[in-house]
Amino acid sequence: MVLNVQDVTKSFPGAEGDVPVLRGVSLMMERGETLALTGESGSGKSTLLHLIGGLDTVDSGTIHVGGHDITVMRDTERAALRRSDVGVIFQQFNLIPSLTVEANIAFQARLSGTFDAEHAARLSAALGLNDHVSKYPEALSGGQQQRVAIARTLCARPGLVLADEPTGNLDEATASEVLDQMLALVHETGAALLMVTHSQTVARRMGRHVHLSQGHVV
Amino acid sequence: MTWTTLTALLSHWRRNKVQFFALISGLALATALWSGVQAINAEARASYDAAAATLGEGQFDQLVPRAGDRIDQSTYIALRRTGWQVSPVLEGRLSTDDGPVRIVGLDPLTAPGGIAPVGMQEDATLDDFLTRGVVFVAPDMTGALEGAVSQRVIADPSVAPGVALTDIGVAQQLLDAEGQLSRLIVARVQPMGLPDIATVAPGLVRQPAQDAGADRLTDSFHLNLTAFGLLSFAVGIFIVHGTISLAFEQRRGMVRTLRALGVPLITLIWLMIVELVIFALVAGGIGVALGYVIAAVLLPNVAATLQGLYGATVAGTLQLRPEWWLSGMAIAVVGTGLAASGALWKIAQMPLLSSGRPRAWAVASGVTAWRLGAIAGVLFGAGAGIAIWGQGLTLGFALLACLLIGAALMLPLVLRGAVTLADRMAHSAVWQWFWADTRQQVPGMSLALMALLLATAANVGVSTMVSSFRVTFVDFLDQRLAPELFIRIEDAAQSPDLEAYLIANAREVLPLLSVETDIAGVPSDLFGVRVGPTYRENWLFLAETPDVWDRVAEGEAVVVSEQLARRAGLWTGDPVTIAPDLTLPIAAIVADYGNPLGQALISERLFRDLFPEIVPLSFGVRTDDPAALRTRLTNDYGLPETAITDQSRIKAFSIAVFERTFTVTGALNVLTLAVAAFAILMSLLTLASIRVPQLAPAWALGLTRRTLGQLELLRALVLALVTTVLAIPLGLLLAWVLLSYVNVEAFGWKLPMYLFPSHYALLTLFALLAAALAALWPAIRLARTPPSDLLKVFANDR
Amino acid sequence: MIVRALLLMLWLPVQAAAQGFAGLGTDAEGFAVPTPNPAFDFPQDHGAHPEYRIEWWYLTANLTGPDGTLYGVQWTLFRSALAPETREGWSDPQVWFAHAAVTTPDRHLVAERIARGGIGQAGVTVDPFDAWIDDWQMAGPSFDNVTLTARGDAFAYDLGLQAKGPLVFHGEDGFSVKSAQGQASYYYSQPYYEVAGTLTLPQGDVPVTGTAWLDREWSSQPLAETQSGWDWFSLSFETGEKLMGFLLREDDGGAFTSATWIAPDGTTTAYPDGAFAAQPLDWHEVAGREVPTTWEVQLPDKGVDVTVTALNPDAWMALSIPYWEGPVIVEGSHEGRGYLEMTGYE
Repeated sequence: MVLNVQDVTKSFPGAEGDVPVLRGVSLMMERGETLALTGESGSGKSTLLHLIGGLDTVDSGTIHVGGHDITVMRDTERAALRRSDVGVIFQQFNLIPSLTVEANIAFQARLSGTFDAEHAARLSAALGLNDHVSKYPEALSGGQQQRVAIARTLCARPGLVLADEPTGNLDEATASEVLDQMLALVHETGAALLMVTHSQTVARRMGRHVHLSQGHVV
Repeated sequence: MTWTTLTALLSHWRRNKVQFFALISGLALATALWSGVQAINAEARASYDAAAATLGEGQFDQLVPRAGDRIDQSTYIALRRTGWQVSPVLEGRLSTDDGPVRIVGLDPLTAPGGIAPVGMQEDATLDDFLTRGVVFVAPDMTGALEGAVSQRVIADPSVAPGVALTDIGVAQQLLDAEGQLSRLIVARVQPMGLPDIATVAPGLVRQPAQDAGADRLTDSFHLNLTAFGLLSFAVGIFIVHGTISLAFEQRRGMVRTLRALGVPLITLIWLMIVELVIFALVAGGIGVALGYVIAAVLLPNVAATLQGLYGATVAGTLQLRPEWWLSGMAIAVVGTGLAASGALWKIAQMPLLSSGRPRAWAVASGVTAWRLGAIAGVLFGAGAGIAIWGQGLTLGFALLACLLIGAALMLPLVLRGAVTLADRMAHSAVWQWFWADTRQQVPGMSLALMALLLATAANVGVSTMVSSFRVTFVDFLDQRLAPELFIRIEDAAQSPDLEAYLIANAREVLPLLSVETDIAGVPSDLFGVRVGPTYRENWLFLAETPDVWDRVAEGEAVVVSEQLARRAGLWTGDPVTIAPDLTLPIAAIVADYGNPLGQALISERLFRDLFPEIVPLSFGVRTDDPAALRTRLTNDYGLPETAITDQSRIKAFSIAVFERTFTVTGALNVLTLAVAAFAILMSLLTLASIRVPQLAPAWALGLTRRTLGQLELLRALVLALVTTVLAIPLGLLLAWVLLSYVNVEAFGWKLPMYLFPSHYALLTLFALLAAALAALWPAIRLARTPPSDLLKVFANDR
Repeated sequence: MIVRALLLMLWLPVQAAAQGFAGLGTDAEGFAVPTPNPAFDFPQDHGAHPEYRIEWWYLTANLTGPDGTLYGVQWTLFRSALAPETREGWSDPQVWFAHAAVTTPDRHLVAERIARGGIGQAGVTVDPFDAWIDDWQMAGPSFDNVTLTARGDAFAYDLGLQAKGPLVFHGEDGFSVKSAQGQASYYYSQPYYEVAGTLTLPQGDVPVTGTAWLDREWSSQPLAETQSGWDWFSLSFETGEKLMGFLLREDDGGAFTSATWIAPDGTTTAYPDGAFAAQPLDWHEVAGREVPTTWEVQLPDKGVDVTVTALNPDAWMALSIPYWEGPVIVEGSHEGRGYLEMTGYE
C-alpha cells in the first residue's frame, strides 16, 4: 500500500475557537492508482493533501506513506520523505525563479540523490520542454511552467505524487493537454497520483474519486 | 543535498545582480563609514602618541639647564652615580640641502619605557643603533638627511615629521656637541632615598611633566570624532538591516518551495548563515579597504588639523592598523548577524504553507508604532533624568544613546501623525488616496527613514559642534595670541634689561608674571597682568561684572578661569582668597580651554607686592612690524632665535587649519547622507515588488502611470522632509549634549554652542536631494511598469 | 616593555635562529673563546674581559636578621659585548646591566639597571677593586674586602664583605665545560665572604649577618645550541663543606651536569657530567609558569642526598630577562643554606 490515511482530524484556530476541518478522514491508495479528491471550498481537501505531504501535522489519526507513519516523524524526517518518496505539484507551480528550466527539472532528483540525466531528458521531451531548457521560468507560459513542475516531481521518481489543483491556473485547452501528459507519465513511472481538484471533468479522468464534505469522506 | 540547496540559494543572486550589488555595497558602505572614521581616529591618536613619545614631551619631568642650553655630560653621570634614573637627550638643528632637520639623540638603554618607539626592524638591530649609527627619520626627510649624514638613514613613519631620531652618541657627533646634552628625562619611578637634585646638579632646573593641555584639546577633538563614529555605526546597522531584510523577503518564496521539496529547515537556516557570513566577510573586506581610501583622502587634513591646532604632530602616512581592520570586519559580521537574526528567526517561524510573497519589513503597523513610541517616551524620560541629575562621562554617552534611539523609535509615530494630519486636510480624492497610501507605506519605509534621521541628526550635531568649536577657538586665539611676538628667556637677571629694551621698541609690552598656587583648594596659576589696551580689547568673558579691567587694574578684583570657578563652585561677585591676606571679588570668568589648572589674574602691582622675588621671564609684545622687531631682537639685542615666537603666524596658521577641519566634516557628512540615501533606495526597491497590486486599482481608476510615478517620488520626499525636520532639533540636542555635558564631564570646560541656520537649511536640502535620488529609480520603474503587469493583478486575484 | 625588547635584541645580536636561554647558545664569531689550562692573573682577572661576549660578577648572600629571620640578597653585574672591543664614549660596544634583589620569607624585591660602558656610568676597575653601575657598587680596597650597595624603589642594602678563604676554581683549574660538544667558560668563585650590614626594607632597616658567594664567569658561548636553560645550585653545608652543581637542560629532555665539591680548606674536587644529579620534587606556579622550587640534589661520591627547598618560592626575577633566583634551605644527609638559580622556564 502506498498511502494509508486513518481517522485523521485537523482543526485550525478561528475567531471563535478551533474550527474543525477534517473530522476523521480515512483513505487508502495502492501503487499505480489515480485518485481525485474533490469537495467544495473549505471542505478540507487541500488540508488533507498537505498533511499527506508532511507539510503540516495532524491533530489525531495516522498517515502511512510507503509504509512509514509520517505522523510520528520529526520535521527533518518528513523533509527526507518529501525529497524521495512524495512529490508535490502545486497550483502556483512554485518553481525556483533563479534556476533555469533544466536545473528546476533536475532539482528535486538532485536533492534526493536520484538524478538520472536520461530520465530527465525523456521527461522534458515528453512534456515538450526541449526548446525551453535553458530559459528561466519567468519566460514561460503558465502551462509550460506547470509542465516543468510536473517534470521536476516525476524526475525524482516518487512513489506517491500529490497534486493540488495542478491545472487550476490554466485555460481549459492547456489544462486538458497538461493533464493528459501528466497522467501518461505518472502511469509510466508506476506512481500513485492523488489530485485535489474542483473540476468534475478532471475528476472523471482519474481512476477513483473521493468527495470530501464537512470534513468527512462521502 | 547541501550543495544542490546552496546552488539554488546562490542562484538567486546570479539572477538578481542588482540586489546582490545592493547587499554587498550596502554592507560595504556601512563598514567603510565606520572604519574610515575609526581609521582617522586611530591613526591620529597613534601618531600623536608616537610624536609625543618620540620627544618624551609632556609625559615626564625634565631637567633643563638653568642658564644656557647645554648640560655637560658629567652632570648626567654624576646624577646616575647618585642613583637618579635620568636619561639624556641632545637636540639640535642640522642643516641639510632641504632645510634644517631637528636631530634628537636618545639613549635607548636608559630612556623610560615608551620614549623611543622607533621600530627596531629586522634590518636595524639595537647593535646597529648603538654602535654603527642609524638615523630614523620621517619618510619625507629621508632624502635630505641621506645627503647630510654618513650614518644609515631609515625612514620610519612613527618618527615625528621634521625630526631625525638617533643614538645620543651619534647626535653628539652630528651636532658637534661632544660631551654635551640638552636635557635629562626623569623616570617616573625613582629608587628610595635619593639625594636632592639641587645638591648633585645645582645647574639644572626640574621642569614638571607638561600639563596635558594639548592632550586634552586633542582628546576633545577625538571625542568628537568618536561620537561621529558611533553615529555612523548606528546608521550602518540600519542600512545593513535594510539590505539583509530585503534579501530575505525576496527569497521567502524560494525558501517555501525548497522546504516543500524536502530541504529540512535546519539545513536551510545553516546554509543561509554560512552564505551571510561569507558575504559579510567579502563586503566587510571591501568596506575596510574603502574606509582606508576615505581615511587616506581625509587624513592629510586631519593630520594638519591636529598639528596646527595643538602642536601635535601626525605622520601623514596612513598605516593599515590591525585594530581597525578587525573592528571593520567585526562590524560587518556582527552587524549582519544583528540584522539577520530577526530575518532568520522569521524564516524559522514562517509556517511552511504561508504566503511566499515578499512583504516589506514592517516595523510599525499602527499598534507597533504606538508601542515603539511608548518605548521612545521612556527613553526620553530617562535622558531627561540623566541630563538633570546625572554625572559622569558614561552617563553622558547613555544620554546620547537615549536621545538617538528614542528619536529613531519615535519616528514611525511622528510620521503617521504627520500623514494623518495631512490626510484630514486633503480635499480631493486623489490626495486622500495619496495620503492613505502614504500611511500604508510608513511601516515599510520606517527603517530607512530612521537611518536618514540619524544621519541627518549626526550631521547637524557634528557640524554645530565643530562650528561652535571653531568660533570659540578663533575668539580664544584672538585673546591669547594677541601679542604679535612672544619672548621667553631662562635667565632672570636679563629680565629688567630686556623689558626696558622692549618698552623702548614696541607699542605695548606685557610681562608675564606667574606663580603656581592653590586658590580655593584648586591648583592654579596666578598671573599678574599689566592692564592695557590688549586686555581691554581682546578678552571676552563667559560672565562679567561692569568695569572688569578698571577694577582689576586698581587691585580691587580678580578674573578667574572657568575651570577654577567651576571646581571651586564660585562665580562672578563671589569673594575668593588669592593669598593669605588678600581676598578679592571675582570680576569676570574667562574661558581657558584645555588647561587642567585653574587660572586667576590680578594686577601687576598687586602681584609684585605679593611676590616681590618673581621677575617676568616671558613677555608678550605688541608691535606693528613683528618681523622687524624680531630681527632687531636677535641681531642687535642678541636673543637666541628660539626665544622668540611669532604668534601672529601661529594664529593665522591655526585658523587656516580649522577651515580644513570643515572639509573633513563636510566629506563625512556627504558620506553619511549617501549611506542613508542608499537605505532609502533599498527600502523603496523592496516596497516596489509589492507596490504593483496596491497601485493597480489607482491606475484602473484613471491615474496615469506617469502620475503614479510622480506621486511615488513626492511620497518619498514628504517622508524625508518630515524626517529631516525632526532631525534638526535632534541634532541640536545632540550637539548640546556633546558640548555642554560630555565635554564638561570629560574635560571640565563647556564649549558655548552657536547656531548656524543657513547650514541646517542646506543640510535639509541635501537630505531631500538624497531621498529624491534614491526614490527616482523606483519611481521611473513604476512609471514604466507595463500595463499588462498591472492587469495581471486583477487576473491573479482569486 | 621597550627595555625588554631592546634587551632581547641585545642578547640576540646575530642570528635569527636564536637558541637557548637569553641567546647564550649562539656562536662566538669574532669573540675570544675559552681554552683549557687557563693561567689566571689576579687582580687583573677580577676585572672585565671585553674580548669575550659575556661576563658576570654574581654575588648571592644568605643572611640572618636579629630575630632569626632568614634573608637572601643578590647583586649581579653583567657585561654583554656587542663587539669584542672597548671604545671611549657612547660608541663603546660594551653594555652593562645589573640585577639586585632582596628575598625575605614572604617578599621578593627586585631592581635592574642598564648602561653603556665608555662614559663612566658602569664598569669595573681592579686596583682598587670597583664594580659599579649607577649608584650600585661592589667596591673595596681589594677584592677580598668590599662594600656592596644597591637600591630599588622599595629596598636598599649596604653590606660589608670580608673574604675568609681562598678563591675556588671550577672544572679544570677554572675551565668549566658546559656541554658534551665542548662549550666552556672561565669560572671561579669566592664562596667564603662573611657579611655584616643593613637591609632597608619597606618596613624599615634590618641589621643582618651571614655569608656570601661570588661567582666570576666569562665566556663567549657557554651553552650548546640544544641547551634551553639551567638549574644552578650553590650550597654551603654546616660541616663547612660547599657544593656547586649545575644542570644544563637539553631540548630533548636530557641534561648535562657538572659539580665542584669544596672542602672546608678550599681544596676542590671537580666532577664530570653525570656525577651530580638534581630532580624536581615540587613545582610552584609563579608569573604564569611552573617552576620547580623543591629539589632532590645528589652527589653520591660524597654521600650527598639532600632536599633543597626555596625560602620563598615566589623569588621570580620579573625583569627584562626573567628567571628565578632565591635563597634555599638544605635538609637531609647534609644541612645548610644556599642559592638556587633557574633559567629558561618559559
